[in-house]
Amino acid sequence: MDLRIVVVHPDLLGTYGDGGNGVVLLQRARWRGIEAELVDAPSDHALPGGDLYCLGGGEDAAQTASAHRLREDGTLAASVARGVPVLAVCAGYQTLGRSFAAADGRPLPGLGLLDVVTVKGAGPRPVGEILAEPCDPGLPVLTGFENHGGHTARGVDAAPLARVLSGVGNGDGTEGAITGKVIGTYLHGPVLARNPALADLLISWVTGAPLAPLDDAEEQALREERIAAVRVRRQLRRAGRS
Amino acid sequence: MTTSARTRAAVLATTVVNALSRRFGAGSGTVAGGHAGLALDPRLLEHLASNRRIALVSGTNGKTTTTRLLAVAVQGSLGRPATNATGSNMPTGHVTALAGAPPGAPAVLEVDEGYLPGLVTSLSPEVVVLLNLSRDQLDRTNEVRMVASKWRAALAGASRTTVVANADDPLVVWAASSAPHPYWVGAGLEWLADAVGCPACEGRITFAGSSGRSGPGGRGGPGGRAGAGLWRCECGFGRPSLDVRLEDDDVVLADGRRVRLELALPGRFNRSNAAMAAAGAAALGVPWQESLPRIALVEEVAGRFAVVEVGGCTARMMLAKNPAGWRELLDLVCPGDTPLVVGINARIADGRDPSWLWDVPFERLRGRMVVATGERCRDLSVRLRYAEVAHRTVRDPVAAVRAAHIGAGGALGRSGGDRAPGPAPDPVPRPVSVDFIGNYTAFSDLMARACARRDAPDAREGSPAWT
Repeated sequence: MDLRIVVVHPDLLGTYGDGGNGVVLLQRARWRGIEAELVDAPSDHALPGGDLYCLGGGEDAAQTASAHRLREDGTLAASVARGVPVLAVCAGYQTLGRSFAAADGRPLPGLGLLDVVTVKGAGPRPVGEILAEPCDPGLPVLTGFENHGGHTARGVDAAPLARVLSGVGNGDGTEGAITGKVIGTYLHGPVLARNPALADLLISWVTGAPLAPLDDAEEQALREERIAAVRVRRQLRRAGRS
Repeated sequence: MTTSARTRAAVLATTVVNALSRRFGAGSGTVAGGHAGLALDPRLLEHLASNRRIALVSGTNGKTTTTRLLAVAVQGSLGRPATNATGSNMPTGHVTALAGAPPGAPAVLEVDEGYLPGLVTSLSPEVVVLLNLSRDQLDRTNEVRMVASKWRAALAGASRTTVVANADDPLVVWAASSAPHPYWVGAGLEWLADAVGCPACEGRITFAGSSGRSGPGGRGGPGGRAGAGLWRCECGFGRPSLDVRLEDDDVVLADGRRVRLELALPGRFNRSNAAMAAAGAAALGVPWQESLPRIALVEEVAGRFAVVEVGGCTARMMLAKNPAGWRELLDLVCPGDTPLVVGINARIADGRDPSWLWDVPFERLRGRMVVATGERCRDLSVRLRYAEVAHRTVRDPVAAVRAAHIGAGGALGRSGGDRAPGPAPDPVPRPVSVDFIGNYTAFSDLMARACARRDAPDAREGSPAWT
């Protein structure tokens, strides 16, 4: 089968290396013999059809512009209604919610594809390594880097993607949100490079079949290093308190 | 204490503390003294700057190089300038640079982007050179548009200042167009990904004559390059008419005269830095025909492009700190087949999130021999795997250079390569040079472990700046 991966508005939501999620999906499909293509969908064109959409992080003004264009365009919402998977990171995650905060804090309408509402966080901006235990028992622990000023509250229709082990995430002890095949998360890294199992979950949602395993030695080495780095820091903090 | 007595005491404290710091190896000898001086006299920098001709240089990439080139350019006409040659680009470094300078000597100062607005206001410099603005260290600095807005607000009041600005970078133009006296240089721009959103109206800027829209992963996307091309937004914000422009290897002056740039420094970005430095010198009254030949002789700046001995091998040292800088250096090294060592750290000075590795088109290195090194070599290794670049991962940078050197004589790696390298065997010296590109602390750490080659180009420029 053909797998068409669309990176949404990389000109607006491409600030934190999240375009890498598209590359990871493309390569993990190809390495298994799945015909796949990667399409960058700039904000000045209609959003093309696709089998899997990725949204990344971006600055406030860019996020506002992207949300506005996606709402007008309608393709993303229509695709989700047909069951097309979406991975949205940071500003992209907030954009999929019911509303998010503009640079000055006033609420702006999101796409309403995830039942979450994001407001400006009260405390210092969470910037650092994050570790979270996925609610899907089939997924290993999620590792990434968060850097956002938003506090995201989930409504009843959005389950959390994970429980935070270290870091901040949504701000209530949970991280990200998932509804059907739409996933939102605050994790950069990019998240799929650090968590290839999540990439495979998204691909398998499209192919509808289990995927052959890959030799992920590099990814495993990176994961072990990052997870250990967080645990060492937590132990040091605990030792400092006692 | 009177102001002048306080200032004299602060200057003395700056000099003495820096000397002690250098003597006991506690630091670079530029920061601690600055702290001490500023503690005694919070307005020390303004006092030291009074009665001097001052030029400031800022931007995301090329600050250190352009500062050096501008200092070299003005030295003949204006006398030896005070300058922060080692890249200590915050007020502590500026105080140190000025504390040791004779009264009345001009000053050419590299300035961190975040500190520029404050210095423009407090020092009223004669010239400000603005190179480019792009994403860099997003975990600790403001988003790039915020920086441009703060520049714009400060420059609006800079009535005594000539602002020499790169007209090919929309964010720089946005910042500088508020200035009463802008001087526009068409210096080119490699990295467009942070420039397509119009800073004036949040619309979209289109670039005419931009070539090769090769984005991350070598796909079509933002991040491609613009030569010297027109750009504009529907709202009317666009490239201003140029006072001078860079056209391939020539600087084309306002009257149509062409001056050929034949630089010792390699790469398109250094031609751009040279044009900006010479324009800054022109704004200080130094003619182009005098400044450019001086600039052309500079072969190495603070270790960048220096050839050094590392672990018994010869390495050319290159520094890239963000996607725009990496793209420029990949352009430079890609035509060759010299073994390449890439070093990545993620300390505070580097930015703690190396996600930007995915904004760098490492795919261009396919077919090359690459060794991944540094504290975040695992992140780089994963990036290279998805770029399908065969590589080895060797955490220690000196061992990595040796591995690349030895590998050049035989087969090195497959995709994924040697995941747990054993101890490197003693290198058999070969006349093979290794290219090293590192981000900030990866570069400076290896520099500190390297020995300068006696016949290295920096010999003409005096002692190397990284020691």
